[in-house]
Parts: sequence; C-alpha cells; structure tokens
Amino acid sequence: MRTFNKLSVALLAGAAVFAVTAQAGAAEKIVISNWDGYMPSDMLERFTAETGIEAELAVHATNEEIMGKVVAGKGKGYDVLFVSSPFVEALKNLGLVAELDHAMIPNMKNLYPEAMKLEYDPGNTHSVPYAWGTTGLCYRSDLVGETPGSWMDLLQPADALKGKVTMLSTDRWLMGAAFLAQGKSVNSTDAADLEAAKELLISAKKDLLAYDDTTFYSKLVSGEASLVHAWDGWCNYGIAENADIKYVIPEEGSDLWVDTMVVTAASENKEAAHKFLNFILQADNGAWVPANILYKVPNKAAMDALDPALVEQFPNLGMTPEELLKQEQLRDLGAGQKAFSKTVTEILASN
Amino acid sequence: MPRSLLRDWLLLGPGLTWLALFLVVPCGMLLVFAFFERGVYGGIDYIFTLENFSRAIDPLYLSIFLTSAKVAGLAAVIALLIGYPAAYAIARAPARRQTAYLVLVMLPFWSNYLIRTYAWIVLLNREGLVNKGLAGLGLVSEPLPLLYNEFAIVTGLVYNYLPFVVLAIYSSISRLNPEVLEASEDLGASAPRTFWRVTLPLTLPGVAAGAVFVFVLSIGNFITPDLLGGGRLQMVGNVIYDQFLTARDWPFGATLSFILIGIMMILLFSQAMLVRKAQGEGGIAHA
Amino acid sequence: MPSPARFWLGAHLRLVYLFLYVPIAVLMVLSFNRAGLPTAWTGFSLKWYGALAESQAIINAALNTLIVAVISTVLATLLGALLAVGMEYRRRGPGLEAMLFAPMIIPDIVLAIALLSFFTLLDFTLGLHSIILSHVVFNIAFVCAVVRTRLRSFDWAVFEASVDLGASEATTFRRIILPMIFPGVLAGAMLAFTLSVDEFIIAYFTAGAGQSSTTLPMQIYSMIRFGVTPEINAMATVVMLVSFTLVLLAQRANKGVVGV
Repeated sequence: MRTFNKLSVALLAGAAVFAVTAQAGAAEKIVISNWDGYMPSDMLERFTAETGIEAELAVHATNEEIMGKVVAGKGKGYDVLFVSSPFVEALKNLGLVAELDHAMIPNMKNLYPEAMKLEYDPGNTHSVPYAWGTTGLCYRSDLVGETPGSWMDLLQPADALKGKVTMLSTDRWLMGAAFLAQGKSVNSTDAADLEAAKELLISAKKDLLAYDDTTFYSKLVSGEASLVHAWDGWCNYGIAENADIKYVIPEEGSDLWVDTMVVTAASENKEAAHKFLNFILQADNGAWVPANILYKVPNKAAMDALDPALVEQFPNLGMTPEELLKQEQLRDLGAGQKAFSKTVTEILASN
Repeated sequence: MPRSLLRDWLLLGPGLTWLALFLVVPCGMLLVFAFFERGVYGGIDYIFTLENFSRAIDPLYLSIFLTSAKVAGLAAVIALLIGYPAAYAIARAPARRQTAYLVLVMLPFWSNYLIRTYAWIVLLNREGLVNKGLAGLGLVSEPLPLLYNEFAIVTGLVYNYLPFVVLAIYSSISRLNPEVLEASEDLGASAPRTFWRVTLPLTLPGVAAGAVFVFVLSIGNFITPDLLGGGRLQMVGNVIYDQFLTARDWPFGATLSFILIGIMMILLFSQAMLVRKAQGEGGIAHA
Repeated sequence: MPSPARFWLGAHLRLVYLFLYVPIAVLMVLSFNRAGLPTAWTGFSLKWYGALAESQAIINAALNTLIVAVISTVLATLLGALLAVGMEYRRRGPGLEAMLFAPMIIPDIVLAIALLSFFTLLDFTLGLHSIILSHVVFNIAFVCAVVRTRLRSFDWAVFEASVDLGASEATTFRRIILPMIFPGVLAGAMLAFTLSVDEFIIAYFTAGAGQSSTTLPMQIYSMIRFGVTPEINAMATVVMLVSFTLVLLAQRANKGVVGV
C-alpha cells in the first residue's frame, strides 16, 4: 500500500532526525548564548585553536527570552550566557548562575577598577561585564532646530518635532525616561513615582511617531524621525550612515546598563567556561567591540588601544568610566515588579 | 460495539494521545501556577493565593481584550471579504492549475515574518511608496498617516493571515458539486440567489474556519502591533508575553491565559453552534 | 466569451496576488540595499548575496527550518486528518471539541514555556526533534479544522452502504473518504507548513542549545540587536525564486494530466 510506504518513510526520517539531534554532547565543549553579531565571527574558532575546547554559539533575541528559557529549562545545555545587568541580579538570586572563580580569570585585571564594583553584582562574583553604555537622545542635528538637552525635549517635544520622535518601549527604559525627567530613581517602584511617571508618559504618547526598540536608527537615517530615545551604541549605527546624527545624554542624566557574561549553574564544563570568559577579556578580543559594533567596553586595555579617529566620529565611545559611573545603575525590581509592570501596561494600552 | 470502538480508537487515538501528552499535561501544569505567588525575583513561591484573579479583573485587562478583539475581528472580516472571492476563483479554475494557484498564495509566506513586516514599513511610512504613489497620481496633497496606527496593524494582520482564509474556504468550496449549482440555475434560480441559498450555506464551515484562524492568530500576535502599530496599542498577545517574559510573573501570566482561554472557548463554541444551525437551515443535499 | 462574473472573479484574484506580492517585491529590492538598514534605502549593492553564500549560520538555520517544517507537517497532517474524520463521523462531546480548539487559542508563550518545563522535568534531551513534537501540537488543530470543513454534511450513509456491500472499512476509507477529503488535506498541509516555517517563540523554547537546532526565525530575531542585514532578504529572495521556478516546472510537467 503506497500510503503506508510514504508513511513509514516519513516516520523513519523523523526517527533519523531524532537520533542525530538527541546525541549527547562531546566531552570538552561549551555552548554560549549571545545575540548574533555581538562577538567577532571567528571568535569561537580562535578560542578552540588556543585552548582545544570546542565552543558552539546559540543565539537569543532578547534578555527576556533567554531568561525565560533558563528559568523554565534550568539552564540545561548552556554554559555561558550574555545577559544585561538587571537580569544577572535575578539569575543570581534564583541560583541559576555559578559563582566565578577569579583565579581562573586572570584577565579580569584588564577591567577598569570601576567595573569591579557594579551594584548589581559587587566584585563581579557571578558575572563579568562585557560592554556598557547609556541611554539618551539620538537626533538629526540638521532637522531638530534647537539642540535637545533635556528628557522633556523628548517627552514634550517642540511643535516642529511632534510626530517625529520615538521612544523605547522596553519597560525599564520607557519608565526611566520619565523617572529621570522627574528627578526620580530609574529603579523606583514607589506608588507616587509610578503614578507621576504614568501621567507624563501618557501625555507624551500623543506626540510620538511610535514606540520603537529596533529600527529607530533606521528611522533617523530615512528622516522619518528627527529625535529618538536610544541606547548610545545603537545611535552610532545611525551616525555611521549620516554624520548629522548626534547623541546626547540629557542634563538630568541617564541610566548605566551593562551587558555581562555569566556561567550557568547547570554547566558541566565550568572550567572551560571560565577559560572562555578569560579569553574574551583579552585586550585584543575586547577591542573588537568598539571598533566593529561601536559599543564601549569596560576593558581598559581594549579601550586604550582604540583608534582616536573612531572616537572623533562617534564621540560617545570616548565616555570615561567616571562619566559612566555617574549614571544610575539599573537594578532588578524585586517585589516592586508587579506594580511596575501594571503601570507600563497602562501606559502602552492608553489612547 | 467493539468494532466502532476500534474505529474510534484508530481515528482519534493517535491525535488525541499527542495532544494529551504535549498539550494538556504541560499546559495544565503551567496554568496551575495561576493559584500561586510570584517569587521576588521571578519564579514561583508555592503559596496558594487567589490574588492573581483579583488583579486580573481590573478593567485595564478587559479593555485590552476588547480592543484586541475589535482589531482581530476587523482583520477577520476584511480577510473574509478579500479571501472568499479569491478562493472561489481558484476553485473554479481548471483542476490542473488549482494547486499551483494555491501554492502561489502561500509562497510569500515562506519568507520571514520580520522582513515582510519591514517591507510594510517601507510601503506605508510617510515618505513611503504608497504615499509617494498616491501623491504622484495627484490623489492626496498631504501624506496619509498609514503607519503606526490601527490601520497599519489591521493591514499587517490581513496580509499575513489572508492565505489561511483562502485555504480554509477553498477546501470547502472545492467540494461543491458544479452539477448542484447548474441544477439550481436550471431550475430558474438567479446567480445571486444560487449563491445565497446554495453556495454560501455549503461553504459556511470554510468561512467559519477561516474567520477563526484569522481571529485567534491575530489576537495572540505581538509583533505586528509592535512594529506596524508602533507599540501604541496593546493586544492580548503583548500583555501575556510581557507578563511571562518581561515581568517574569508566571502566575499572573497563567491567570490571564486562563481567562483568555475561557473566553475564547465560549466564543468558539457559540460560533460552532451558530454555523451548525445556519447550515441545518441551508438545507441542500450532500455533494 | 467569459461571463461577467467570471471576469470579475479573475480580476479580483489578480488584485489579491498583487497585494500579496508587492511587499515581497519591496523585500527583494531591499536585498540589494548597500547599508544594513532595515527600512531606509541607501544605494545598490550585491554584497549581501556574497555574504549569504558565506554565512554558514543562516544556511544551516534555513535547512533546520525546512526539516522541522516538513516533518511536523507530515505528522500533523496525518494525525489531523484522522482526527477530522473521527470527529465528523459521529457528533462528539464538548470535551473533545475543546481539546481541538485549545492549541489554536493557547498563547504561544504559554505552550512554549509549558513544553520546555515539561521536557526539563522528564529530563528529555532537546533538539530539532523537540521542536517538531511541539509544532505538531498546534498544527494538528489547524489541519483538523480545515479537513473538517469538507466533511460537514457528508452523507455517512454512503460509507455504511459501501461497507454493507462487502468492502472493508479500510478500502472504503481509501476509496471514498480519502478522495473526498484530499483537497482539504492538501490545504491543511500547506497551512501547517506555512505556520511552522515562520514560528519563532515555541521553536526557541523547545530547541536544544546550539546551532544544530537553530531555526531561521531564531537566527533572524537574534540579529535584530545588531541589525537584521539584507542577507536575510537575499535568502528570502532566493527561496522565493527557487520555489516559484519549481511551481512553474511542476505546472509544465502536469500539463494535460488531470491532476488535483
């Protein structure tokens, strides 16, 4: 019976895939989850050549997704994760990341001293900072008229900019803009602060072109937007295409976000994972980041080697650790998360 | 009757076992979290509570549901109006071409959702191709606000889910026996009358299935509202996604899902009953 | 001369194809965009096609997607079609109906987290096979719903009569039911394949860690942060053109044969 034959072929094919993909991993091999493009494409090959340890890249799209996956799956299968600072704090408190053995990461010495006392993980006991930066205003100097200097320029734009501004919609930064404008902590979950921020953000919504987390730099280049709420590194992608694009930290300040590397508690190759962290902290590997993807790194040795021409083209790459540490660091919200999330939903759902 | 039991088991057994194992058990285990507390850093504290349900009855979530249902409903109606005649045209084409026509309807959707959505941004923005085209034809003097609003969301949803409507309706139209239609016309019925009295009732299950597909896929969508809607509008899909991943509040996410599933079940059952009733009254013999 | 109704139907179908393919044309044009910007045109370049040819990660992800989509479609079509016949053969209770509605209305993120938690609890090794298992879950429901539209008001007496005349149930199924539902099965399979190819969140959660189970949507979404470059548009352009050519060739080969 032909149908039966086709069926059995399909089932066999299924079984074959199962057999191939269900194979247990080889001994010395680590799996690293990162955003695609956040490391040089040959990084893992060079790591293998140097240490003999096999390394494989798994990719994630957002902090939220890798976090959800690690919580539901207990981190099984992953050895090293790249996640942003507030998530480290949660992962640490949930017991999902391993304590680091600094003796195995001698290149930790390449970090700025400031990068050893970050509030979300003092002394870097559970994480190693990879890149860091601020959140501010990215704008077309040829289109905005007056140079923006305050968060209120975004939240209550001049008439000419109405409908030409975008804001980040990721909860922490959306609220952060209002908190900073109102002189509050970016980590606040106080009911009165939430209410005040909500009112300001709802009134700001009518002047927005859109909330945009992913294509704001493209909108600046096309001229669809003139002023956008942006992370400094991403603003640089716009600057690379159009020299009239500038970045500014508003006078009220910014937050300091840090992308970090952690070793999962479930890792069966913690030693190899430590070696990988150490490898990344080499000056030459750290230097790739600002030179290619235009993000600052907390690696002093790497930043010292940076081409001055690059800093001239992308001035925010020249921000010093002292300047960065002046900004308030993002922390996990703990029990305040419920009220915070509800406020964000109210803002996004308002019309 | 053991014989009919065996038949039931052969037909229903494999599929239902699959669903029991990979749907009912896992989702049941997750939805139970609705009755527990969120841990301080996410995760679950196993302390029984009904607090999540009292949080969920806030009018905020009801209004989000109503907004989403309106957008999803609109998308479903428009997709039906466009998709029905298209499916009809395909089903009336020469038999050997039908499969190719259907594949051509599906082909654009083997690209990728994200880059298709980016293409719509290029088409719909203020300086976009649609506005340029309209201005070039002298139809508008000012660019129309086509993007970052409900219009853009509905357009994106209709675009992405139209093929499913066409497939569902095609599946039910193609069983219509042309002889039945000819018989109806021979008996003196006009074409519109034939359509209303014969064709439509017979294809109603396809229409209903297509509408359900667009509605359920739309109400759970969170990428189109974010990218084409400019994040200005929250759909149920956005809220539930955010509770699970952004707020890491699984108990509350589970609670909202619980309620959503309940409401949708009621809607789907009423819809199925209406269709059965309407079909019963349609009263034409089988193909 | 075709009747006016036929003429308008044809015109409508052409407009629908125009609506479906205009964004695809834009997407293809963007594959030649010089800069890696998703929505702003910056000049012509062929470099992304070169980049695609060298991008092992993207090609690998595309192959994984194809494997997942094909196998999950075959399984879901088989199970879904059987379920459809079983559900329409006799009126079933609301419990079964609910179970078939459920995969469509459960939010993707719920199914995603639930399956990962479940697999973790069982200590089940993850990989492409676990994505396939998971995609079958929602695809069964869609296939079943499409096939059922063909079986509504089917006269089951025909079936009984055939059996009474001495044909076995299997033969009757093959000779009567199968041809009857075939267009629905075909439509259901296409629907399942299309849903699977584009599905991201469930695939992400149920995938194993590493390249061997990275699908194309996972790869693409992970590129958002540093720019989804026109390589992806180049990939889609190639897929479209190859599929289109295959359809044309199949159409040629099929000429004169009375097919489906």
